[in-house]
Amino acid sequence: MGVLERQFEENVLTTTVDAMVNWARKSSIWPMTFGLACCAIEMMAITVPRYDVARLGAEVFRATPRQSDLMIVAGTLTRKMASVLRQVYDQMPEPRYVIAMGTCATSGGIFNTYSVVQGVDQIVPVDVFVPGCPPRPEALIHGIITLQKKIEQQKFLRK
Amino acid sequence: MTPDLIIEKIKKRFAGAVLSAKAEFGEGTVSIKRDSLLDVCRFLHDDPELYFDFITDICSVDFIGQEERYEVVYHFYSVKHNHRIRIKARVPEKDAVIDSLCPIWKGANWLEREVYDLMGIKFNGHPDMRRILMPDDFVGHPLRKDYPIEGRGERSSFDFIPDID
Repeated sequence: MGVLERQFEENVLTTTVDAMVNWARKSSIWPMTFGLACCAIEMMAITVPRYDVARLGAEVFRATPRQSDLMIVAGTLTRKMASVLRQVYDQMPEPRYVIAMGTCATSGGIFNTYSVVQGVDQIVPVDVFVPGCPPRPEALIHGIITLQKKIEQQKFLRK
Repeated sequence: MTPDLIIEKIKKRFAGAVLSAKAEFGEGTVSIKRDSLLDVCRFLHDDPELYFDFITDICSVDFIGQEERYEVVYHFYSVKHNHRIRIKARVPEKDAVIDSLCPIWKGANWLEREVYDLMGIKFNGHPDMRRILMPDDFVGHPLRKDYPIEGRGERSSFDFIPDID
């Protein structure tokens, strides 16, 4: 604190814009419901009291991309669904984040076939990959915490 | 009617068109020539004793390596009489075309589109011969036996992804 020490009223704190904005962003990651397959059941489970993702401020699942910060791609992405995924991603306001949940979303998984996209990173930029088939809710929560750590390191005003 | 009686009736009417017929496990199956499909099905639909008013399903089989490579399988059901019949017709590889049943059953529309999409058999007289399951720009017919079962994890290029920078 140095020169600023004891210069303000008692209830005033000093911090950086980066820390302030990133703290606000990481503490209210509103996910979008984008369940594609069985992973969606595990994704829904993270909101129940047993796992309680509300601790991280990420319990508000929005039904529209325009109100959400995080897209959890939960399940197998087929080629026909791929354009829809991209369209929904484009409708999300920035800053926006993507978690590829499960083996299918990560790499196509066991579905190495004609109709399945071999990894959603071909369609949208992915921040965190969560492995598992399906991942347990704890794994997804770990993915969200990893994303929070990533958000903390963002530079807001500086280059 | 029992499957035996239905087969007898078809055989009697279309003696030259029926290649083989059998009634097993309470199910009747009739193989017919491709060119007579529309006539036979019109008869199945219109005859008051048969009255097959519902088309349950259309499937296709790929006998790779054989002269008449594909087989189209039709399942019909009569709601009125509660009886069923299965009709099969072989289609050669060079000329994989068969008559559409859309003039008789409207419900054949999407079923025939599915067969076209996944097996590549075309239907004469179909009002809307497009793919139904795969994307419109997809190349090939994935349920054919010579289509590769597994990909190699290809990285595809998608035209709907915008170019940034």
